[in-house]
Amino acid sequence: MRAYWALLRGQARSQTSYRLSFAIDFVSNVWATVLDVFTVFVLFGVTRSLGGLDLREALVVTGMSACAFATGDMLVGNIERITLYVRTGRFDAVLVRPLRALPQLVLLDLPLHKLSRAAFGTTVYLVALGAADVAWTPSRVLLAVVAPVGGVVFFGAVFVITASVAFWWTESGEFGNAFTYGGRDFTSYPISVYSGWFRNAFAYGLGFAFVSYYPALALLGKPDPIGLPGWVGWLAPLVALPATAAAALIWRAGLRRYTSTGS
Amino acid sequence: MGAGFRRYSTYRQATIAGAFTNTVFGFLRCYVLLAVVAGAGTATVGGYDAARLATFVWFGQGLLAVVLLWGWTELADRIRTGDVVADLLRPVDPVTRYLATDLGRAGHAAVTRLVPPVLTGPLFFPFYVPHRWTTVPLFVVSVVLATVLCFGCRYLVNATGYWLLDIRGPMILWALVSGVLGGLYFPLRFLPDALVVPLWVLTPLPSLFQTPLDIMVEIDSTPRQLWLVALQAAWVALVLVLCRVVQRRAERRLVVQGG
Repeated sequence: MRAYWALLRGQARSQTSYRLSFAIDFVSNVWATVLDVFTVFVLFGVTRSLGGLDLREALVVTGMSACAFATGDMLVGNIERITLYVRTGRFDAVLVRPLRALPQLVLLDLPLHKLSRAAFGTTVYLVALGAADVAWTPSRVLLAVVAPVGGVVFFGAVFVITASVAFWWTESGEFGNAFTYGGRDFTSYPISVYSGWFRNAFAYGLGFAFVSYYPALALLGKPDPIGLPGWVGWLAPLVALPATAAAALIWRAGLRRYTSTGS
Repeated sequence: MGAGFRRYSTYRQATIAGAFTNTVFGFLRCYVLLAVVAGAGTATVGGYDAARLATFVWFGQGLLAVVLLWGWTELADRIRTGDVVADLLRPVDPVTRYLATDLGRAGHAAVTRLVPPVLTGPLFFPFYVPHRWTTVPLFVVSVVLATVLCFGCRYLVNATGYWLLDIRGPMILWALVSGVLGGLYFPLRFLPDALVVPLWVLTPLPSLFQTPLDIMVEIDSTPRQLWLVALQAAWVALVLVLCRVVQRRAERRLVVQGG
């Protein structure tokens, strides 16, 4: 544990030592999420409802997704740099240390400047909850807290899985973005806007429906137009468990598969 | 130009991965915008009907890699490492040389990255087939202009490296501004006219992305399409002159990095 703590402290020191660069990153990082939320407002400027939800209700979905994605991205997102580590062979240096590879990689590049974005995402979520008509009960309060935590874990797992692809396919390039950033975009809107096999694949096959849409419906007390029963929203955060298990399996399989570049 | 084409044709796997990702995002954006029309309760939104919106999205996903809004840091990297000195020793002006390479890259992207999403879209969504014969040639001209304009803007962003060395700040700013004000997040005509008109005339951003797409879906009459292309051409001229000026200024103060 002490070794990990030292890694984290070293990262914090090295990142904040270039103060101007850190400040620029800290401020500019917020804007990506600001624009996502702004887009929802623009769309509602020309329409009254999206997939059966009005602006306030849709913002709960967007806010929950933004909070979960931004936090997950801050904590685990930099794992996507593994393609660089594998290609250059720098991954060897990680493996020879007497620490576990995954936490090391996460801590090695932990992007502290992304704190701003995670904070903004959480703010959007809280404001959206305040603005929407939620009939608060103790169980709803609990769900409102647990759901984004489940979302953070879920997105973390997605990042690990898409990064593991690098062990098999070094030149995978933007491939993983379709599921990480694509997952963020998918969960930003009520899944009732999508349809057909595409919705089934992303929502139920990959599990993205349970990150923000179903928990938001349960909080708002709205029925699902697609027809799933009401209790689905209450169990939705549990989707993080199979996702984590899958991520652990794929990561380990990838590690075993890794052979150095030999240079 | 040929060198640019050949160079990018060697990154075959990255091209496939990129086209796949563009296609997935095409589905995401298309469904959302179609839900906007459905929720509005009117036949058109901001002048677009469902078929035009779908076509806008799918051509946009293809165009993204052709004009290359993001991810070009070659000049800035060469400035930081000092390799840029080799560019200055060549008898060709660096702006011209980089532009030629970029056009080769764009030609490769037009075949490998524009075609897949444009063919995928109509399989699953309504599609708008242009009615006027002038539209397709105008679209081609507009895409070429957009590519040159986007190159110019990227060159200027990269050239801040002559002064700053670390261009992360300008790069992020460019990525955000060009995406949202170029028309990638939503068609700009969703915004009120009082915002859109000044944006179109006073900044090059809508000319990068929104203009070619609007030409393709025939949102305007032919004379207005011609005006939009003329506006693009004016921005191209202005930005390329600016690139030259900035490059000349930079050469005068350049301290070559590295040893």
